[in-house]
Amino acid sequence: MSCTQTIIDYGLRSLGYGERLLPRADYTICQQFTLIGSGLIWNIYFAVLALSMGFVLANALAVARTSRHAWLRGPADAFIFVFRGSPLFIQFFIAYEALVLLPRAGIDVFGLTIQTSWLTRAWAGALIVLTLNTTAYSAQIFHGALMAVPKGDIEAADAYGMTGWTRFRRVIWPTMLRLAWPSYTNEAIFLFHATTLVYFSSFPAFQQKGDALYYASYFADKTFNPFVAYPIAAAYFIVATLLLIWLFGRVNRRLNRHLPGADGRVRYRPQLAR
Amino acid sequence: MFSYCTDPSSIEGLAWLSCYLTSGTHMLFYASFGTVLLLLAITAPVALVFGYGGAMASRSRVAPLRWFGKIYTSMVRGIPDIIFFLFVPIALDQGFEWVRHQALCDSSQPVRQGNDFVVCDAAKLPLSDASPWVHDAYGIFLAVIAFSIVFGAFAANVLYGAMQAVPRAQLETAEAYGMTRRQVTRRVLVPQMWIYALPGLSNLWMILIKATPLLFLLGVEDVVYWARELGGAKTSAFTYPHPDWRLYYFLALLVFYLLMTWISGRVLDRVARRLSRGQATMGGEAQRKGAVA
Repeated sequence: MSCTQTIIDYGLRSLGYGERLLPRADYTICQQFTLIGSGLIWNIYFAVLALSMGFVLANALAVARTSRHAWLRGPADAFIFVFRGSPLFIQFFIAYEALVLLPRAGIDVFGLTIQTSWLTRAWAGALIVLTLNTTAYSAQIFHGALMAVPKGDIEAADAYGMTGWTRFRRVIWPTMLRLAWPSYTNEAIFLFHATTLVYFSSFPAFQQKGDALYYASYFADKTFNPFVAYPIAAAYFIVATLLLIWLFGRVNRRLNRHLPGADGRVRYRPQLAR
Repeated sequence: MFSYCTDPSSIEGLAWLSCYLTSGTHMLFYASFGTVLLLLAITAPVALVFGYGGAMASRSRVAPLRWFGKIYTSMVRGIPDIIFFLFVPIALDQGFEWVRHQALCDSSQPVRQGNDFVVCDAAKLPLSDASPWVHDAYGIFLAVIAFSIVFGAFAANVLYGAMQAVPRAQLETAEAYGMTRRQVTRRVLVPQMWIYALPGLSNLWMILIKATPLLFLLGVEDVVYWARELGGAKTSAFTYPHPDWRLYYFLALLVFYLLMTWISGRVLDRVARRLSRGQATMGGEAQRKGAVA
């Protein structure tokens, strides 16, 4: 079977299109590349959606943490403490067990039946956990950056007569984002890598529709040879991570464009933020 | 455990619960928390040594050694740690068995035959007649190596950054005193780098704690394994029948990990204060001024 045929058969296998059965004998390099690459779609799906939803929520949470009202600050602190203080792996298990407990037939709200079974699927359940997880970590980063916004900037905004929402939107928030961006890049990389955990926690891969690492471990188990499938998955992730760093670097340049020396190459300082 | 536990079906309420929670399998569950702590206790120092080696290698003047160090420190940036956790134990196991196969068996036979990895009985690790605890210990040993390699790479990142952060003037002063490169490293660089490394290393310790449930993926009978095992619904064929309680078991694990990270956070804050003493940093300066006043 030619490699093109394999790509046609298995290129979208992780989404359920193409050949139904996974290869069972004579595993070729081409099959491994195709299937693992097809699984990467799920990693990108989880990462993109969790990061974009988490970004919005994290901003709200970071602001809530700075609130003067204890009823806002308390829950925000507790949320961040729980999600940052416990392993993502355990969070997946808890979420799955809790979502399974929901009534199978759906919940009746004012005569409308709300289906719940989809919540136990990885695409929804795991996405919720990943979103909440990255929200907590990002909120911590954003909160730190919010505290680091120079006093002079705020005083200058006051002098211009800006208040409330205008001051936040035009002065505080852009500065906060600029300060937080290097750490946030780091968080994005960690979250992207954490998406490989989804199919190794409770969430089952229905009809063998899994992510890159799911297929890599499938091949490694079948061939008893970890030296092919895992390096392929690793290569995919290196490329994807470099892309992500490049993308976030572009944003960083845009955020810092008013500063002297911003045209130069962004010095990317890898650091551990999780 | 207790004398009234001989017939669990006849008791109810708290008495039942006290018997249930002290059953033999629960004792294994509690012991598995020890496994987690053991893994932490072994991995942390080993990873620090790996990290120190990696950071030193990246600063080396010998090019191949430097490349090795650079690759080692940057590999965890691009590749998810879970891939390493799945890859390293199998790869090491097959590596060991291959070496033993070459040494102990008829090495004309290839180890890879189709989709099988075949070594002779004498080369198997652990030997097939070994007692169960040897199998367990071997599994934990492989897990410790996998964790150490991954966290060693993270630590190398941190330590390399810390070495770069030590003020250049300090090292130049030492050179001006006629110290050799080795002496500068040992007497000036290494004692000063810890305060710069501490935030990163604290972070790393937290990540390490939160990575311990991944032991489950390596086939070790750890806390996650037992939580799933004990929490699953038990029919009346069991001594202690109960519905699906996995959620509660996992909530208990959640509390355990929250406690671990919370305590660690407090201890690390104290260590940071202690290490800032007498350092030319803002923290150290603040302490000096506080002591004078």
